[in-house]
Amino acid sequence: MSPVSKPRVALFVTCLVDLHRPTVGFAAIRLLEQAGCQVEVPRAQTCCGQPAYNAGDRDTARDLARGIIEAFSGYDYVVAPSGSCGGMLRHHMAHLFDDDPNMRARADALAAHCYELVGFLTDVMGVSRVNAAYEGVATYHDSCAGLRELGIRDQPRLLLGAVEGLTLAEMAEPDTCCGFGGTFCVKYPEISVRMVSDKTADIAATGADTLLAGDMGCLLNMAGRLERQGSPIKVRHVAEVLAGMTNDVPPIGQPRR
Amino acid sequence: MLATSPAFKQNASDAMADSGLQKALTRTRAQLPARRAAAVAALPEFEQLRNIGRDIKNHTLANLDFYLETWEANVTRAGGQVHWCSTADDARAAVLAICERVGARTVTKGKSMISEELGINEHLEAHGIAPIETDLAEYILQLRREPPSHIIGPAFHLNREDWEASFRASHTHLPADRVFNEPRDIMAEARTLLREKFIGADVGITGANFLIAETGSSVIVTNEGNGDLTQTLPRVHIVLASIEKMVPTLEDATSLLRLLARSATGQDMSVYTTFSTGVRRDGDWDGPEEYHVVLIDNGRTGMIGTDFQEMLRCIRCAACMNHCPVYMTVGGHSYGWVYPGPMGSVLTPSLIGVDQAGQLPNASTFCGKCESVCPVKIPLPKLMRHWREREFERHLTPVAMRRNLGLWAWFARRPAAYRLATRVAAAMLGLLGRRRGKFAALPFAGGWTEGRDLPAPEGETFFARYAREQRAGRA
Repeated sequence: MSPVSKPRVALFVTCLVDLHRPTVGFAAIRLLEQAGCQVEVPRAQTCCGQPAYNAGDRDTARDLARGIIEAFSGYDYVVAPSGSCGGMLRHHMAHLFDDDPNMRARADALAAHCYELVGFLTDVMGVSRVNAAYEGVATYHDSCAGLRELGIRDQPRLLLGAVEGLTLAEMAEPDTCCGFGGTFCVKYPEISVRMVSDKTADIAATGADTLLAGDMGCLLNMAGRLERQGSPIKVRHVAEVLAGMTNDVPPIGQPRR
Repeated sequence: MLATSPAFKQNASDAMADSGLQKALTRTRAQLPARRAAAVAALPEFEQLRNIGRDIKNHTLANLDFYLETWEANVTRAGGQVHWCSTADDARAAVLAICERVGARTVTKGKSMISEELGINEHLEAHGIAPIETDLAEYILQLRREPPSHIIGPAFHLNREDWEASFRASHTHLPADRVFNEPRDIMAEARTLLREKFIGADVGITGANFLIAETGSSVIVTNEGNGDLTQTLPRVHIVLASIEKMVPTLEDATSLLRLLARSATGQDMSVYTTFSTGVRRDGDWDGPEEYHVVLIDNGRTGMIGTDFQEMLRCIRCAACMNHCPVYMTVGGHSYGWVYPGPMGSVLTPSLIGVDQAGQLPNASTFCGKCESVCPVKIPLPKLMRHWREREFERHLTPVAMRRNLGLWAWFARRPAAYRLATRVAAAMLGLLGRRRGKFAALPFAGGWTEGRDLPAPEGETFFARYAREQRAGRA
């Protein structure tokens, strides 16, 4: 592919990757570049607005959406290493402007170009192989928004199948919510902890040594519970494994060597 | 029914500590989704049927006045009578008036969630009339004086030992040494006792799964046949139905019936599906001498034309709660009123007020399983979010949450300030958490760290590192 025909991709970093696990953002850049994209990171980005949107604060959500539309319009694609933020950009954001036809049209135009990272790699860029190795047995958790809003299920499994040394072991209920739910996990901590305990039991029953998923929220929740239970299971974002960057950073919740 | 919905958190906490309930939930949580999945897989046009179901209900709701009047004319033509009731009070009074006019002493009842909404049993009892629940699960709940915990499996929260204990405690006239080896024995005892009640009842009360405008019929589905005995043996049949049960035609009803049992229990059809049209005609083998429909609004017309109109499509199959990880963790009673689970979390605030039921639409992770299985495609998470918006507008959202959100929003609206703040926060947490990689406790994070560690961040934000690497790359 000649440089001029490379699609221009804007990386939507997501607030949790920015604050908590920047390596995932760099893994995304590497994967996108390997797939032949020219990646840019618009500076004027903070958050997709879900904390406000799901708390019923439409005004704040709308303000943030305006900023996103401003910062991300004009690229060929917008890609986020998260099904949750990806779903917000693709399916929810435009509805914040149902009463504003001009903004609604701009939001719709942007939404049509927004993707979750792994789905974008396979479905748009046609990636089916990765340049990565990982020794271990991994189980993959289907994050709710990625699965049910964006149809991300087979794509990560396809690419993980191409990682040298990695075997996949499926949970009994990989598509059951881990109990994170954004602010749900702190509004209803007791219910949330019970749900994530059911999840970690399902994870442990697979015999996998590694848990992977495509959303930092779910990963922090599951890693936090596994750590509290003293589990040796390593937790990582799927992009770290696919980009071959597992030596760059310890698993989520593990001390630096 | 008095709502305990404001105490949802405490209810849920108690429910999670109730080992019997947890045992019952664990037993069923995998079963029901598997049964539905098998039934859906066996019917290739199921997805198409969901669209048809949604469209039938939308069309009916858009023309509800027309269909209600057409239906009433057809009920009247078949010798029945419609009692239009705006409120629960009106409906209770209408039922009582019929029962008193015919001198009823005992009333048999089929399973009906609207009767729970009206509190009809308590009302009849207070006026010296004995209501007898004839659905097996409702019967045992009546013995235990408990409300249903699930809209199609009312005794979802009970285990077999609870059934046996309740029967022994209530049926003291039977030999104390009788043996209950299997569920069949419980059923046989209930059947024997209920048989005489069916025959002796003066009035039979049922709900309705559908009302059909073109024929004036009401439809019930059951698996026990108790509804048929309830509505055909007594002299008087009273149907309790809310306005959104309406469908235009018989064909529409059958389309929805194809969705209902598959979504509810994974059956192709419920065992008994019965259409009732008016009173017994000359030459009919059975049927009541009087056929009344107590038609109930009780807050539903207030939903029409609002964000919540879509909720009136609900056909009460319970697929949403059967697939809800929150319902399966806390059980139905935690929701504190008649309708639990995702459908209840949308409907309850509409019917008893969001100030009473505001917890319910918040107690969802928006995982979306409910919407993905709803036979009439109600966007349940979206409607719960609409309730959160109403709460936010009315300042019902907890003060601390509102304040934190406001602080976060101030920064999130200002990328430069946000960059700085996150950079400082990440650096501090990264430094403090470097040695262990996680925090067991942190100020202001009690909700999180009660049952989970908080993984420590890497320490440098993405944007700080990206800027640093860009500068290094250029140099």
